[in-house]
Amino acid sequence: MRENTYLLAVILVMMVVTFFTRVIPFIALHDKKDHPLLLHLGQYMPPAMMTLLVLYCLKTIDFAHSPYGFNELSALLLTTVIHLWRGHSLLSIFAGTFYYMTSLQLGWFG
Amino acid sequence: MFGYIPMGIAFGILFQNLGYEWYFSPLMGLLVYAGAAQFMALGLLAAQASLLEVAVAIFILNSRHLFFGVSLLDRYRAKGLAKLYLIFGLTDETYSLVTSSHSPDAGDEQQYYLALTAWNHFYWVSGCAIGALIGEAVDFDATGMEFTLTALFVVLLIEQAKKLRQAFPFIVALLSGIFALFFFKEQMLLISIGLTLLLLMAQKSFNGEAL
Repeated sequence: MRENTYLLAVILVMMVVTFFTRVIPFIALHDKKDHPLLLHLGQYMPPAMMTLLVLYCLKTIDFAHSPYGFNELSALLLTTVIHLWRGHSLLSIFAGTFYYMTSLQLGWFG
Repeated sequence: MFGYIPMGIAFGILFQNLGYEWYFSPLMGLLVYAGAAQFMALGLLAAQASLLEVAVAIFILNSRHLFFGVSLLDRYRAKGLAKLYLIFGLTDETYSLVTSSHSPDAGDEQQYYLALTAWNHFYWVSGCAIGALIGEAVDFDATGMEFTLTALFVVLLIEQAKKLRQAFPFIVALLSGIFALFFFKEQMLLISIGLTLLLLMAQKSFNGEAL
């Protein structure tokens, strides 16, 4: 059993930080919501963030050694194709994850 | 909104792999209530990250919420505790439901938002509990299940692309991200977000009022 105090501290930190990011616009931005720069960032930051978060998840891949990230990249491709085809978020997420787990656990790509 | 149950179960199973007692999983769901952040916390907990590291990583991940609130400023008119709870429960899922659905009529609007938030919260906490209990009862090889987070981001990315239909922000982020991966791998998220923000602001000032 791991140390519970550490876990509780992490939970509390996450709670405070998450609430903080959700509440800021309601306190700080309520009189600036028509500001052109804010509107600009509000439109373009979310798509940019999602791109960066996908890259962040791929950070630990070792492209220099076998299997050269093939598990991750093929799972990424499969998730994308299924999502473009059916447009059902849950289906895409679970199909992609199921495929990735299978390919990793059965060692399809070494 | 039922999507929260299977996602919560996936989280619970992964959480149980860390070796903590099962009830911490629904506790986290109850107090933090953030899908992506909780999945990210799994990696941080496994690495025994410092509290500062946790705070920075979660802040960066959640910084997309900074832009959520702006479009809800006019919709959320509840007061006091009700308003605090609505803001606390402003997850990606709740946000997309609130901004895309039509509530009954103006009078019931705030009640409707509250109910929506509370049900989502309930589904999420239930999912976290069920998953952790499954993880405890069944000897289950969860290797690779962490891909759930990657797949979630891919889906959100595609949804953003469908809505925006402009390549510019994706290309800016892709280039910033790859640059940061090459030169600042440890601080990749922080550096690439800063760079993206700067580039988007520069683009705005170049284009001036034309945008």
